[in-house]
Amino acid sequence: MPRPGFVLDVDRSTPPLLFWHGEGFRLERLPAERTRVIYPPEPLDPLPHPDAAIRHALLHPLGDSKPLPELLFTGMKLTIAFDDISLPLPPMQRPDVRQRVIEAVLDLAAEAGVDDVHLIAALALHRRMTEAELRHAVGDRVYDAFAPTGHLYNMDAEDTDNMTFLGTTDQGEEVEIVKRAAESDLLVYVNINLVAMDGGWKSTATGLASYRSLRHHHNVRTLQHSRSLMDRHNSALHTSNWRMGKVLIDAGVKIFQIESTLNTDTFPPPFDFLMKREWEWTAKDRALFVGSSKSLARTPNRLARQIFHSIKAPHSMTSVQAGEVDAVHEETLRNVHRQQLVEVEGQTDVLTMGLPYIGPYNVNSIMNPILVMCLGLGYFFNLYRGKPLVREGGVLIMSHPTPWEFHPVHHPSYIDFFEQVLSETTDPVRIEAEFEKDFAEDEWYRHLYRTSYAYHGVHPFYMWYWGAHALQHLGRVIIVGGDPRSVRRLGFMAASTMTDAFEMASDVVGRTPTITHLHAPPLLLADVK
Amino acid sequence: MKALVFERKMAKFAAAAVAGRIAPGRGAQVGPLSLQDIDEPELPGPGWVRVRPRLAGICGSDLATIDGHSSRYFEPIVSFPFVPGHEVVGELDDGRRVALVPILTCVTRDLPLCRWCGAGQPNLCEHTAFGHLEPGLQTGFCESTGGGWSIAFVAHESQLVAVPDDLSDDDAVMIEPTACAINAIEMARPGDTAIIGAGTIGILTLAAARLNRGLTNIVVAAKHPAQVALARKLGADRVVSPGELAATIRSRTHSMVVGDRLTGGCDNVIDCIGSEASLAQALSVVAPRGNVLLVGMPGSSTHLDLTPLWHRQTSLRGAYAYTPAHFQTAINLVRALRLGRLVSATYPLSRYREAIEHAANAGARGAVKIAFDLRSEKGR
Repeated sequence: MPRPGFVLDVDRSTPPLLFWHGEGFRLERLPAERTRVIYPPEPLDPLPHPDAAIRHALLHPLGDSKPLPELLFTGMKLTIAFDDISLPLPPMQRPDVRQRVIEAVLDLAAEAGVDDVHLIAALALHRRMTEAELRHAVGDRVYDAFAPTGHLYNMDAEDTDNMTFLGTTDQGEEVEIVKRAAESDLLVYVNINLVAMDGGWKSTATGLASYRSLRHHHNVRTLQHSRSLMDRHNSALHTSNWRMGKVLIDAGVKIFQIESTLNTDTFPPPFDFLMKREWEWTAKDRALFVGSSKSLARTPNRLARQIFHSIKAPHSMTSVQAGEVDAVHEETLRNVHRQQLVEVEGQTDVLTMGLPYIGPYNVNSIMNPILVMCLGLGYFFNLYRGKPLVREGGVLIMSHPTPWEFHPVHHPSYIDFFEQVLSETTDPVRIEAEFEKDFAEDEWYRHLYRTSYAYHGVHPFYMWYWGAHALQHLGRVIIVGGDPRSVRRLGFMAASTMTDAFEMASDVVGRTPTITHLHAPPLLLADVK
Repeated sequence: MKALVFERKMAKFAAAAVAGRIAPGRGAQVGPLSLQDIDEPELPGPGWVRVRPRLAGICGSDLATIDGHSSRYFEPIVSFPFVPGHEVVGELDDGRRVALVPILTCVTRDLPLCRWCGAGQPNLCEHTAFGHLEPGLQTGFCESTGGGWSIAFVAHESQLVAVPDDLSDDDAVMIEPTACAINAIEMARPGDTAIIGAGTIGILTLAAARLNRGLTNIVVAAKHPAQVALARKLGADRVVSPGELAATIRSRTHSMVVGDRLTGGCDNVIDCIGSEASLAQALSVVAPRGNVLLVGMPGSSTHLDLTPLWHRQTSLRGAYAYTPAHFQTAINLVRALRLGRLVSATYPLSRYREAIEHAANAGARGAVKIAFDLRSEKGR
C-alpha cells in the first residue's frame, strides 16, 4: 500500500535534505523547529492491465458520449491528436501511454473500416518533434504505417491555409485550431495528465491552436489570475479554455477525449533513491548519492546533460478515461489528486525548492535561464490548491546552476528575449506591451518554428508570463548556486550557499522565518488550508 | 618649454608596437614618445598666432600612433618630430579662449586653394604635404606647428574658433571630437542605424545623431557598463553588447538569417572602432545598399571579405574630420548636452604614461575622455 504524502517538521535529528540542482544535487540542512518539508505521496499501484483498461474506457465512455466504435464509420475523416514531447517528464519508458491508446483507437478504426486517418502531434507553439521523439511517443508500428505517407505529422500553427477560425467566445476570444482536426468527423484527443493543469479543454483549445487564439489566455492578466494553474476551477487560463471549448462544440467539432494519469514512479535505478525520504536512505542509497554527486561534479556539463536526458521514467498508468471532455477531465483530476495531493496547513515566510534538469520545454535540450524561471515560478510555485505555500511578500529560494546557456536550435527566440528584452525590463506587463508582438510576428522565428525544431518566437514570453502570478506574489526570489550574471538578468538575487540565501532573505522576512521545502520531483500538489 | 615629443625612432616604434599589443597604452612606456624641453615653434608667417593649451585631449588616433598600430599610409603626411595633441582648448596672448580646428589646409600652407578647400571641404585638402609647412594632415602631426601636448604651439587664425564664455574648458575640449561625430552623422542616410563602439567617438556620434532626424531605431553596441549607461542616457533606442548586435539588428529589422549573416540589416552602420573585427561586423549587419561609415581610425592593415559588399551593393565610406562649419554646430551640441561631463580625468604632462594608459583603457575603467591639463604647468 503506497504511503500518502507527508509533511515533516524539521528538528535537530532531521538529516540533510536533498535539493535538486539541475544536473546534480545538493544536500542542505534547513533550520530546525521552523521548517517543514512536503514529501510527495509514494507511487500508486499501476493499472494491472493497461491495454484492457484502455479498451474498457473506449467502450464505456463518460458523460454524454457514445462508445468509440459507435462513432467510427466507413468513409469518415478521423483525426487523432496527441500531446507532444512536453509530456510526460521525464519521457516514459516504452511503451508510451500514447502508443497504447493510439494503437487501441486504430484497432477500432480498422474494425470499422476507417481509412482516412491523420495523426497530429498537438504542438501549438512548441517545437516540432523529431522522428525519434515521434517514434517514442506513438511506437514504431504506428509511425511506420502513417508517417511515410504523410498521415502522421507535427501540426503547424503558422500554416494559415491549414488552420481554421471557428468563432469567438462571449468574451471576444478568437478560436482557431488545426483545420483537419476541426473538419474531421471525429477528433480523438490522446492526452497524458502529468499534473492537474493538463487536459480538459486545454488539450484541444490550446494544444491545437494558433497564436491568434492562444494570446487570449496566454497573457499576463490571465496568468496573474490563475491561482493556481493547477486548480482548474480557480484558474483564469482554464476558464478561458473552457469558454473556447464551448465555441468548438458550437462549431460542430466532435471530440472524443481520452485522458490518462500516471503514477509518480519517476526515476529508474540507480536514481530511484531520489524518490525516497532521506532518513530512509539505505547505505547503498547513500553510496549512490555520494558516488553520483562526485562523478557528476567532475563530468562536463554537456555529458551530464546527456546522461540525465537519457533517463526514461518508469511511470505507470493509474487511470484512463474517455468520452465527453468535461466528464472525462473531472475523473482525471480525481485521479491526479489521488496520486499527488498533500494536505498542508497554512503558509510560511519562505519557500525553498531544488529545480531538476528537466521541464516541459527542454526535453533533449538545455534548461536555459528563462526555463529555470518558468519551472520555479511558473510550475513549482503553482503546485498548490487554495493558497500558495509561501505568504504574499515572502521569499522563494530555488537551487539551480542557471547557466547562461541556450539551445541554439530549440530556443533561438529565447536567446534574443534574454539578451534584448530582459536587459530592458523584467516586468511582465511591460514586456507584453512593448515586445510581444514583434517576437510573435517575426518572420525568422516563424521560419524556424515551421521548418526547424524551434519553439515559436512568442514562446519565451509565455514562459515569463507563466511566472507572473509568482512575481506578483513574492517579495524576493533567490537562486542558490546560480550563475550570478544570469540570475541578475532574470531580476533575481544569486546566493552561493543556502546560508547566504537565508541571510539575503532576512531583510524581507526577518531572521527567523518559517520555511517550507517542496521536496519535488516526484511531483505533488499541495492542498493548502 | 615642456612638450611631449614623438620622434622617428624605428627601434622604439617597434618596441611600442609590441608593448601596445601586450597591453593597450603600453607603447608610452617604451616607444618614441617622451617628455622633453624644447624650443617653442616659430610663427610660420603672417596670420599665425601662438596658442597656450589649457586642456588637450587624448584621441584614439593618438593612441594608435603611440602603440604603433597606425597605418604607414600616414608616413608622407606627417613630419617628425612632432608634438601630438589636436583636441585643444587654449588661450591666445590676449587671453581669449579658442578651440583648435587642427586640419592643416591650403589656407594654412599659404597655397592656392585645392578643389576641396575651394569647395568648403578642407578635411579633404590635397596639399597636406606641401607648402611652407612640413607635411602634416593636422596640428599634432606636423613638426612646424607643434601640438596641444605642450606649453605652446602655433596656429593659423583660420584654425581658431572662439569659445563662448558659458562653456567650461571641459566642454571646449570636446568640441573637436564632437565636430568629427557631426560630420559622420551628416553622411548617414535616413533609416535604421547602428553605432559600433561607445568610446568617446561612439558616444559623441550617438549624441550627434539627434541632429539627423532621419535616423531611426538607433542601436549602440557598447562593451563596458559605464558606456552602456551613458549610451542609454544619451537616447539610444537600444544598447547591446557587441556580441548581441547581430541578433538585435536581425529582430529590429525583421531580417532572416542565411549562414552567419542577415538577409536585411541596418541602413547605416557607423563603425566608431575601426578594427578588422568591427568592420567585419558592420558589413555583416548592414542592409543591402546600406551605408557603412568608418569613423574610427582603422589599424595598420585590415583584411576583409568584400564579397558581401559587392553582392549587396553596400557602400563603405570613411568619415574623416570636419569642416570649420561643423565647429559651430559642435559648440551648440556640447552646450546643449553639457558634453564636458565626458572628460573623466586630466593629467599633467609629467604623468603622460599614466594618462595614455588610462585613455587606452578608458572604457574598462569607466572613463570616456582623458585629457592633459596644461593650465598649471610651469612656464606657461
